[in-house]
Amino acid sequence: MCLALPAEVIAISGEVATVDLDGVQTPVSLAFLKDVTIGDYVVVHVGYALSRIDAETAAEQLAIMSGAEIQAHEGEPA
Amino acid sequence: MRYVDEFRDPKTAKAIAARIHRDVDPNRDYAFMEFCGGHTHALCRFGLEDLLPDNISMIHGPGCPVCVLPVGRLDLAIELALSRPEVTLLTYGDMMRVPGGNGASLLSAKARGGDIRMIYSTTQAVDLARDNPDREIVLFAIGFETTTPPTAAAVKAARAAGLNNFTVLCNHVLTPAAIDAIMTTGSEQTRARLDGFIGPGHVSTIIGAEAYQGAVDKWGKPIVIAGFEPNDLLNAVHRLVNQVNRGGAQVENAFARAVRPGGNAVAQALCEEVFSLRDSFEWRGLGTIPASALRLSDGYQEFDAEQRFALTYTSKPDHKACACAEILRGEKSPVDCKVFARACTPEHPIGSCMVSPEGACAAYYLYGRYRDIKRTNEPAAA
Repeated sequence: MCLALPAEVIAISGEVATVDLDGVQTPVSLAFLKDVTIGDYVVVHVGYALSRIDAETAAEQLAIMSGAEIQAHEGEPA
Repeated sequence: MRYVDEFRDPKTAKAIAARIHRDVDPNRDYAFMEFCGGHTHALCRFGLEDLLPDNISMIHGPGCPVCVLPVGRLDLAIELALSRPEVTLLTYGDMMRVPGGNGASLLSAKARGGDIRMIYSTTQAVDLARDNPDREIVLFAIGFETTTPPTAAAVKAARAAGLNNFTVLCNHVLTPAAIDAIMTTGSEQTRARLDGFIGPGHVSTIIGAEAYQGAVDKWGKPIVIAGFEPNDLLNAVHRLVNQVNRGGAQVENAFARAVRPGGNAVAQALCEEVFSLRDSFEWRGLGTIPASALRLSDGYQEFDAEQRFALTYTSKPDHKACACAEILRGEKSPVDCKVFARACTPEHPIGSCMVSPEGACAAYYLYGRYRDIKRTNEPAAA
């Protein structure tokens, strides 16, 4: 029920965006999300965008998960 | 898919699992509840529990709205669709096959002539009401905070369009209330061994990370909000282990790429306008919980299907053989239920947890029912 997927915004017309969901293009309501621009990724649930995915935070999180950041710190001179 | 594939990288999964193995205290046990049914499915689908040390157990929580809807609420919808020929009842697909009283479901009611239709989005509900002025369009609305704003948006749109043939049979429920219920009505044993929660990621995009501060303060258990990819979940378990080891009880947002501290203010304001708290609401498994669900607010009473069709809720018992109630409270695992994968299967479900794509029983059936069978490479004896 609460399943949602990240999708790229490829067009915006008023309160409705067109998103690309792994190749499938579908309209999504922006009623809850005002600061969206083309190229953003949004979390889509039952035809509504709930949240904008922050690319920078996602990249940081990936780096921490993969251990890259830890290794980088360990490699630095004390 | 971007933001999906990167968080499924097997090398990273192994690296996080290795960190969990490194950091667990071998002299104690850990038990964490993943609140959300979507998390339960990800755990099972990706076999994540097999990557965890033996002294970490995952307890599956009640975060599956289809599962926690009691029989009596489903029967209200079935009876409405069958007794009122002017009604078209709309529902999300997961609800269709859930067994209500006497084994009836929305699907069987549809076969008996009820006008019951599946929708993907509440925008379709408003369109149907506009296009069919001679029909009473009723949205059978269920779901946690993720699914509530789309219902509110439909009600607002119906009012803006001047539609008087659209109502909502509202069953929206609240996550923090369910966490409280686990900590108050759950068994002493479950509560005592529970070390922390994995917070639901998509619910949190709406309510925000700060919404869990009350629960953390009250119960002294850490909550780590996680996304739905395997590495998100492993990372959340690692963070929980670290918090428990240092005696911490904090809210950590491990899904910060999508969850803001305050959540989605626009969606919250809309829900506040359209809905009010019910005094109490019955949940399957958790019993009647005060202030745990929503109704249409005083300003939107004309959209309340319970008012328009004078519906009265009656509590009804679950199937006697079904252990959904105990499973939803985290007291039993699906394999502890005597009808699991025998009398109760996704094709012929007895309980809601076997039907819903987020139910724990469905997850075990789909991904885990052969897990404990010992394999052997020896050829069978001739």
